[in-house]
Amino acid sequence: MTDATYDALIVGAGHNGLACAAYLASGGRKVLVLEAGERPGGLAATREFAEGFRVSAAAHLLNMLSPEVAKELALERHGLAYAARNLKTVVLPGNGRQLVIDGDRLEGASANDQAAFTEFQRRMRRYAKVLNRFCARPFPHLTERRGRDNRLLAKLAWDVRTLGKADMRELLRIGAINIHDVAEEQFENPLLKAALSMDAVLGSHMGPRSPNTVYAYLHRHLNDDGQGPALVKGGMGALGDAFAAAAEAAGATIRYGARIASIDLTDCRAAGVTLADGTNLAAALVVSNADLKSTFQLVGPLNLDAGFVRRVHNFRARGVTAKLHLALDGLPEFRGLNPADAGSRLLAATTMDGIEGAFNHAKYGECSPQPVMEVTIATVHDDSLAPPGKHVLSAVAQYAPYALKAGWRAGRETFMHSCLSQLEALAPGIGEQVIAAELLTPPDLEARFGLRGGHWHHGEIALDQALFTRPVPGANHYATPVPGLYLCGASAHPGGGLLGLAGRNAAKAILAGADAA
Amino acid sequence: MTPHDNRMLLDTPFASRVQAACELREWEPWKGYASPIAYEDVELEYFAARNATGVFDLSPMTKYRIGGPDAEPYLNRLLTRDVRKIRPGRVGYTLWCNDAGMVLDDGTLFHLSQGDYRLCAQERCLDWLLTSALGLDVTIVDETAEVAALAVQGPTSCAALRAMGLEGLESLKPFGLRHYPFDGGELMVSRTGFTGDLGYEAWVAPAHAEALWDAMFAAGRNHLIRPMGNAALELARIEAGFIQAGVDFVPAEQVLRHGRARSPFELGLDWLVDFDKGHFTGRSALLREREQGSRFRFVRLDVEGNKPAPESFILNKRGKTVGHATSAAWCPSAKRNVALASLEMPWGRPEDELYAEIYYSRELRWTRIEARCRIIDGPIWDPPRRRQTPAPNF
Repeated sequence: MTDATYDALIVGAGHNGLACAAYLASGGRKVLVLEAGERPGGLAATREFAEGFRVSAAAHLLNMLSPEVAKELALERHGLAYAARNLKTVVLPGNGRQLVIDGDRLEGASANDQAAFTEFQRRMRRYAKVLNRFCARPFPHLTERRGRDNRLLAKLAWDVRTLGKADMRELLRIGAINIHDVAEEQFENPLLKAALSMDAVLGSHMGPRSPNTVYAYLHRHLNDDGQGPALVKGGMGALGDAFAAAAEAAGATIRYGARIASIDLTDCRAAGVTLADGTNLAAALVVSNADLKSTFQLVGPLNLDAGFVRRVHNFRARGVTAKLHLALDGLPEFRGLNPADAGSRLLAATTMDGIEGAFNHAKYGECSPQPVMEVTIATVHDDSLAPPGKHVLSAVAQYAPYALKAGWRAGRETFMHSCLSQLEALAPGIGEQVIAAELLTPPDLEARFGLRGGHWHHGEIALDQALFTRPVPGANHYATPVPGLYLCGASAHPGGGLLGLAGRNAAKAILAGADAA
Repeated sequence: MTPHDNRMLLDTPFASRVQAACELREWEPWKGYASPIAYEDVELEYFAARNATGVFDLSPMTKYRIGGPDAEPYLNRLLTRDVRKIRPGRVGYTLWCNDAGMVLDDGTLFHLSQGDYRLCAQERCLDWLLTSALGLDVTIVDETAEVAALAVQGPTSCAALRAMGLEGLESLKPFGLRHYPFDGGELMVSRTGFTGDLGYEAWVAPAHAEALWDAMFAAGRNHLIRPMGNAALELARIEAGFIQAGVDFVPAEQVLRHGRARSPFELGLDWLVDFDKGHFTGRSALLREREQGSRFRFVRLDVEGNKPAPESFILNKRGKTVGHATSAAWCPSAKRNVALASLEMPWGRPEDELYAEIYYSRELRWTRIEARCRIIDGPIWDPPRRRQTPAPNF
């Protein structure tokens, strides 16, 4: 059976796939989104992991969403609501005084640190703003420059130039180095340095001393208004729902339970897809929201040049991030934490060396015995997620390498125990409060979300895999070596995080008639 | 001392016989092996291959054994030819390109039996073969050291091999292969070679190598058999118009400077590229080149006079350099002064008046000439016996 009623098929209803669908549909294309799961949103998901307890299954904080995307797709009109905004970040000290980051204001730090932090925030926000200009549109072609590429490059160069001498020089100095060195030279408070490091390494196979972590930090703050992250009402799945509603309102159709078995080619051009149930769907455009490796696995190596397959193979996508979900009988009491701050973004990482030490294990295929975590208790702000009086704790925990040497069958219990021990030390008695617990390891994330390698951002956010080299040469302008096949997910520029920009950029490139690379 | 510390060139399995026959003791390295430039006299060896039988030790030739469930689709994606058309028991000359459609190497693919292949190449290319295997179920083994081989080339080669006991060999068609029991093992004979003449290549396990050499030279004595070295083979292959990796083109993986690699079209090998067989590495780039045009044209030139034009600049009639010769020799059997040359587009059209700038010295006196070149259309050396089946029994 063939079905040529659609102009474009989108592989995967992640938020980028849906954003792309919405923009393509607005551009007059007939779009069908094919999703293997039963819900939209991909990694923007809400999951009931124990009866009556729901949690954001992957990303749990929203801090990167592109305001242009939110506005153009009218996400709030399509149901996006916030349970809390402008969350403070609290670094849990264990012993001693906690550190609170509230916008540009620090509590628990010296006056020196406050002054340095104000300046640091000012600079970083300027840099992120420039970087955002690079990210909010398809990157210009550097080698085969056409008129509009030249104009765009000139504009971007001007944006960098307008930073002024001092800030530009500082950007060039720190842009490719590591967050550890930058934090070390500018701040005194170890908790503050740890907090900045966490921003730079969350989701990545990197420690604070890894090169490029300043870039990763900037990436995380792409759309930073300086006010702190938000919690989506109903969990992150509500964001997925809003994207889906926006796509449907624009005229796109979404089909769930439609797992793709292959992306099909006719005469070496993309011509459609075959579903796992054998259905053939034809369209001249196939746009993949799936990660780079999964996408080209669906195409098959025999349909691609060997050198390109090698680049895809070498794309660095080693997941190290696990997700811990706890159903709690009551609100845990963290030592030294003002109970009013329990709904903040809590960081369980007290020194940069502690984070680096946790990362060391991952380098050698082991789990960190003392994991670092980003914790939220969304039920403080959103009582829809748990029965009355009960709470859910969500923790992004590192480092849990995808390719665990001991294997995840044995490793799951060990890592869960390590996480709970860390939490117990910070919140004595929390263990007693646990009604149910779930750990999603990188292989679980791979299985659940189709992420090859279990990497949150589809692949490392690093300079060799960013901007005009993301994900790999030959597929770095949304078009791929297969005519008619495009990328629109986190594998593509500008990369991971709940931005919506990859999907928007891909749609723009397609509507502008991007040629096969 | 570890094997790594041994920096001596390697011996081929025929080394004891080669060394005994090599009067000149002039060796050159060939992919890590010591290979004779000549045994006694280059001309005698060359004429043996053209008028009797020349035997060449080609054991250093890089050989990969390729098998596994995906072997055929793997090779079809690796090589520019339609591998499905090379039936079991057949050999095909072919080449392979990188993503940019630039030639990595040329070589021969032996379809030994259903799904079991041997790829013979000039260059080592295991890395590229393994890269091409990503995501596919194939086995690739470098069997360069596990297979000894002699090229047996010339008009009496079939008779000499038949005298060795290879019955029915005359019925083997060009690019066919056949197996014979030999010395308690197996001898594979293919009707292939690098001289453009009647000839065979004989393949055995190294343990039977010396026995093969001895049997062949004993049987071939009345057929004027003679070992030949690299220099004689080089002369024969230029006369046959064959190109050589590293000489007439730089393998794309070794190219350092932008634009120095060559596509199949730029080597005159259009006929080896099959766009109708489905995808292969380099296809998109080559399609684009076919539409947009090539940068270079590869030509075979008949150079006036008898002074070879190695590395000569090729000039147009205004004296402007439009290319250079990559290989050149006075070819005694064809009686032509041949140069293989790479020319910038659009030069090399039939109407172009081209000259080779040749420098030569006679007793320390250097002379420079500009010799008129004519493009050779069609074969240079192509005796009917090359294709005759049954092969003539000289």
